[in-house]
Amino acid sequence: MTYAINNHFLVKRSIILLLFVLAIIAILSGCQSKKNKNTLILATTTSLNDTGILDVLISDFNKSYPKLKIKPVAVGTGEALAMGKKGNADILIVHSPEDEKKFIKDGFGVERIPLMYNYFVIVGPKTDPAKIRGKSTLLSFKSILNNNALFISRGDDSGTHKKELKIWDKAGTQPASIKNYLETGQGMAETLRIADQKQGYTLSDRGTYLYLKKTIDLADFTSSDSLLFNEYFVIKIDPKKFPKVNTDGASALIRYLKSKKAHEIIKKYGKDKVGEPLFFSSKW
Amino acid sequence: MVDFLNFLRENNIFEIISFSLKVSVTAIAITAIIGLPLATLIGLKQFKGKKLVVALINTGMGLPPVVVGLFVALLFWRSGILGWLGLIYTPTAIIIAQTIIAMPLILGITISGIQSVDDSLKKQILAIGASKIQYIITLWKEARLSIITAIIAGFGAVISEVGAVLIVGGNIKGETVVLTTAIVQETRKGHFDVALALGAILLFISFVINLTASLLQQKIRHE
Repeated sequence: MTYAINNHFLVKRSIILLLFVLAIIAILSGCQSKKNKNTLILATTTSLNDTGILDVLISDFNKSYPKLKIKPVAVGTGEALAMGKKGNADILIVHSPEDEKKFIKDGFGVERIPLMYNYFVIVGPKTDPAKIRGKSTLLSFKSILNNNALFISRGDDSGTHKKELKIWDKAGTQPASIKNYLETGQGMAETLRIADQKQGYTLSDRGTYLYLKKTIDLADFTSSDSLLFNEYFVIKIDPKKFPKVNTDGASALIRYLKSKKAHEIIKKYGKDKVGEPLFFSSKW
Repeated sequence: MVDFLNFLRENNIFEIISFSLKVSVTAIAITAIIGLPLATLIGLKQFKGKKLVVALINTGMGLPPVVVGLFVALLFWRSGILGWLGLIYTPTAIIIAQTIIAMPLILGITISGIQSVDDSLKKQILAIGASKIQYIITLWKEARLSIITAIIAGFGAVISEVGAVLIVGGNIKGETVVLTTAIVQETRKGHFDVALALGAILLFISFVINLTASLLQQKIRHE
């Protein structure tokens, strides 16, 4: 069935409207492109971002550099490094020393600066079925393995996950051979919650654990030995390899993160929220 | 009540609500401006491959939104083809992703509505000498039940979507935080009170929209 109407009219109108909308988007993004030089994409870990310290540091940084808009994207160490390898981020703050060193060696990053550190914590059921209380990190992990106690892993390629795998490796085993092992594939808070519900052991970053302490029923078995050392590094992406990254912005942020002012903030952060500072400064 | 309002303000919830509504309403507006004429064209015109096009649109309705998000991000990442636009992690990127998500919905339902307008009525309108614009407007009036349903469905889909918005928007504080991504983040941080408040607000918005649509639809049915 055909109609007397000329359908070209509709086609024309649709095309005109489409072009109109595309023009608007182009104009909007034109404004964005100029802003590209004023945008800094910071890829970082969820555990660090969730503590809120980045927001405080960034807002202090913006007092001296109001024009630079920093976009912290919390994706996890593995993904942050992957983004860096594609040039999708301008600067990284992560915590996986071996991967970071390889990243620099492979030519993706040019500067690697220590920022702050704390210690991971081993948490688990108060009844301590694997009897790890008082034991070193290595012996604790071995105990968990030998007692077939339940262990919950992040399983998500994060810095925490990589640290956990490193400890298992030192203890002479792989997750595949551990009987009672669960991988959540999620962030630290979810993993802690699952560990709480199932009353299993897990490795956590200090910040998230302190925040959740009141709402979960897990005890802290940390021994503060060197195996649990957790240091965050800032990495600048190589501008020669990725000319599109905002290298001036990255340099400005790095200059700030080396400053005494930034480290004063780092040393105090957390006192009002959890009663103790969450981090120690790597510099001062 | 005052405590509740202070609670909302402290957690930037008003900002999050207004931003969420801003992007979703903009996305639906764009989808409607492009989609309604396009759907009318498809609905009215007979062309080769029409059945395929309609089938594709209907398939698009079931497209997982997070996949759309991933695809849009691949385009807009610095390494992507459209990376030079600098759109990744911006409200514009969210609007674009939401438009793509809502488009098959609005197209599909509107096409169906246009096609169900009585053929003899269409002929009548033309017979009394209506201009092209008058014809279209009358058609849209006849199919208004479907059109309203389409727009509401589209809005509902995008306001409650979380995967695509997270990937293309980055959930950046003060910039691209919407209700759904805020709920994920607050839950992850263990702030259940904030997460529940956000959830309640999202439900409320959804309810109000749907109630309005329902009332409109009932009114139209009984005319």
